[in-house]
Amino acid sequence: MKHLLSAGDLDRDAAIHVLDTAARMAATQGREMKKLPTLRGRTVVNLFFEDSTRTRISFETAAKRLSADVINFAAKGSSVSKGESLKDTAQTLQAMGADAVVIRHPASGAPHRLAHSGWVGTSVINAGDGTHQHPTQALLDAYTIRQHLAGGPTHDPTAEPDQRGLGQDLAGLRIAIVGDVLHSRVARSNVQLLHTLGAQVTLVAPPTLVPVGAQAWPCDVSYHLDEVLADQQPDAIMMLRVQRERMGAGAGSGPSHGTGFFPSPLEYTRAFGLDARRLRMLPDHAIVLHPGPMNRGLEISADAADSARAVILEQVTNGVAVRMAVLYLLLAKEKETWA
Amino acid sequence: MSSGPALPVPASGVPGAEVLGPAEITRALTRIAHEILERNKGASGIVLLGIPTRGLPLAHRLAAKIAEVEPDVDPSSLVGSLDVTMYRDDLHRHPTRTIGATEVPADGVDDKVVVLVDDVLFSGRTIRAALDALNDLGRPRAVQLAVLVDRGHRELPIRADYVGKNLPTSLSEKVRVRLSETDPDAGPQVVDTVRIDGGER
Amino acid sequence: MGVTTQYLLRGVAPLGGAPTDLLLADGRIVAVGPDASDGAGPEAVTIQGDGLVALPGLVDLHTHLREPGREDAETVATGTRAAALGGFTSVHAMANTSPVADTAGVVEQVWRLGRDAGWVDVHPVGAVSMGLAGEQLAELGAMAHSAARVRVFSDDGHCVDDPVLMRRALEYVKAFDGVIAQHSQEPRLTLGSQMHEGIVSAEVGLAGWPAVAEEAIIARDVLLAEHVGSRLHVCHVSTAGSVEILRWAKSRGISVTAEVTPHHLLLTDELARSYDPLYKVNPPLRTAADVEAVREALADGTIDIVATDHAPHTREDKDCEWAAAAFGMTGLETALGIVTRTMVDTGRMTWADVARVLSSAPARIGRVHEGERPQGRPLSVGEPANVTLVDPAARWTVDGTQLASTSRNTPFGGRELSGRVVATFLRGRPTVLDGVAADGTRSGAAGPPGGA
Repeated sequence: MKHLLSAGDLDRDAAIHVLDTAARMAATQGREMKKLPTLRGRTVVNLFFEDSTRTRISFETAAKRLSADVINFAAKGSSVSKGESLKDTAQTLQAMGADAVVIRHPASGAPHRLAHSGWVGTSVINAGDGTHQHPTQALLDAYTIRQHLAGGPTHDPTAEPDQRGLGQDLAGLRIAIVGDVLHSRVARSNVQLLHTLGAQVTLVAPPTLVPVGAQAWPCDVSYHLDEVLADQQPDAIMMLRVQRERMGAGAGSGPSHGTGFFPSPLEYTRAFGLDARRLRMLPDHAIVLHPGPMNRGLEISADAADSARAVILEQVTNGVAVRMAVLYLLLAKEKETWA
Repeated sequence: MSSGPALPVPASGVPGAEVLGPAEITRALTRIAHEILERNKGASGIVLLGIPTRGLPLAHRLAAKIAEVEPDVDPSSLVGSLDVTMYRDDLHRHPTRTIGATEVPADGVDDKVVVLVDDVLFSGRTIRAALDALNDLGRPRAVQLAVLVDRGHRELPIRADYVGKNLPTSLSEKVRVRLSETDPDAGPQVVDTVRIDGGER
Repeated sequence: MGVTTQYLLRGVAPLGGAPTDLLLADGRIVAVGPDASDGAGPEAVTIQGDGLVALPGLVDLHTHLREPGREDAETVATGTRAAALGGFTSVHAMANTSPVADTAGVVEQVWRLGRDAGWVDVHPVGAVSMGLAGEQLAELGAMAHSAARVRVFSDDGHCVDDPVLMRRALEYVKAFDGVIAQHSQEPRLTLGSQMHEGIVSAEVGLAGWPAVAEEAIIARDVLLAEHVGSRLHVCHVSTAGSVEILRWAKSRGISVTAEVTPHHLLLTDELARSYDPLYKVNPPLRTAADVEAVREALADGTIDIVATDHAPHTREDKDCEWAAAAFGMTGLETALGIVTRTMVDTGRMTWADVARVLSSAPARIGRVHEGERPQGRPLSVGEPANVTLVDPAARWTVDGTQLASTSRNTPFGGRELSGRVVATFLRGRPTVLDGVAADGTRSGAAGPPGGA
């Protein structure tokens, strides 16, 4: 594997290998000395064409914990915004000796172009592209779910938390992903990865936020959160962020914003928000995930976000370990030649 | 751990020749266990860190033998594993290596005598990596090294404190260690063995 | 390029029929048949055409020549040379230039540039609305009565989405037998759209361009055309639903014609998975079912013609991420090869059908089939000697880097096509011989010379 562009790049064994490697990485992060010499002398560039402090910091931390040199290149706001500039920017960074480019870009497919257009020879890691993919987010979600739920009640409760679920997939788990699926790269990545790992995924959203064509995805689709909670008793529920600009008429301006995807925030929360009542409908062992940043009171209530079920901060912690694993697996090996 | 390129020219021995059998391996480990106790004046303050994959079962066996001599000792409390993958200096020369577990006994390694345990000592680079890895875990009072086989050809100023067998080899030979704990897929009848391959004359 | 040179085409098969001889002289076809050589003078050049199909010079109703304004992507001279290499003798140049072809001055400029280049007849298309803004009618009458004699009007690239403006335009051009060529795209349904909306778009995360956005406009326009009794031409039909609406409209006797592009006859939205902007086009590549529907519609006449929508773009407009890239692909040099492969090789159309959809029908829709320099005429004695010779058996692979067009944005590079253009005659003068343009330019599409 030279690039990580999509959760679809990983088959079951490869996905488990990444998660197991992440567990090894996580084990080192409880130590006083968290830094490993593994990628000393390697250079990782964070090329962010879109603001995402969280994801950038997570990748930066991961790279630094492996002793790689990190260059942060925030292309947003500079004159760099489209076209040839992606190519020029990437080539410039490669000329500076980058071994891997971690790219966040508002255009779907930009990391794919970077990896396959012949512009650069570096490894490319997709840190979120448009409404396409965010594979490391899916990996950290899967890692978090596996740590809590894999193996069912038979898992070894005495094992160190980091080592729970080692070697296992997510077979048999029921996972609901709720919210703005249409615009969500997190949803697309998770549907693919969780399915690959054997979980049964149900997307829950108002019909306006389910893409035409989603019927071909390896998951179920429902428009009714209460039914899914009652009938399926999901083991994990993942709440997606609802962007303010997707909301009802009056939000935003201009011809593109005149029509919202749902009538009002209140109506959305009533039908699709995770609140204390819905939290009680979940089975006792169920966990609550959110990729952050949260809109408290919209897709998730404070009760739910702060409950013992919520593993949202664990997701952040696990994100570093997963990204360390990805960097390790892509970079700590023979340099491929690209002549 | 198997080391060195495949193929030929051992001055001594025939292709695939067994150099240690189960009985000899047991005898060597027994001797090493005694040497460890003797040199350190008992088992107190000793931690045996096995280097995965095959150093780990050897460490467990050494601990068991130490416990036979000193019945007060809980053998499992002596043993840990120390994965050195992320400290290697040759990562860029190989396909991606799978990372093994690092688990240190509950008391940690600070002010302990750590005995690193591995199957074959060759260039010394694995032990160099192990010393670095150990350094990140704490500050032992002393570090010693026990190996089942020392095949020579050191590339670093490293030597073993306890050696099961010194085995002169040529660089083109391959030393294969198989242990019942780690090599079950070699067949149901796996017995401990050390062999030299690559004996083309 | 001696104007008086005679050409004797021996053993060619007009419209794929029985082989015979054609004699071209003084810009006209002067003899057809085994005795044609009798009229040849001593200076006549003989072309051994055994195995070649003779077609009337091809006519493209939908070409973007980019001049004035984007001469870095294409000029009238380079675009028309590429057209000649593709077998064309006439092209309609779309109005979305800079400045927009919305006045008599601009259309006359383009018309003159075409005449001076001399590769094909260039017929400018006039804009429907001022500046393609969709608000106010352009000076349609002035363009119609200019030297360029504009008969086709289009805001192509933009849809005339205001129904009142569309109605007025349809009505207004009746006075000079014009036609409105509509780019059917409901703009609100396609805000930010990047590709066909369906299974592939859902997975690759590119904003969808739903089929209904095309079909809704076509449905509205055929009803408007019926209501006001005007001619409507539908550009680049791409969906099965559009075909159904056209079939219904024609069965009602509505005066509507339609075109399909070569790329919509061959390529599908699956190609967007590569995120290579060479496959980004408007309307977008559709599904395999849509491709089958437009092929069937072309074969049964529901779709009248093939038009290239040749849309050259500079490298920087394509060598980037998908969303930042321009819509469009080149097509003049590959059109005949694709029609041959998809329609003739498959037995769905004869060479006479090819002559209809690529020559006589587009000429009639554009009203260039009569007048001083008629196009799309039969290969008969007395007609202008606009002739394209095609090697129907040739199989060739498109070399995307060797096209004659200034721009390189062909999606067909590396694909094997069939039906190679060997020669093109514009009123008796060879613009292309042995697959090489009269100025020595070769085409990666036309293949190496000497194949005949």
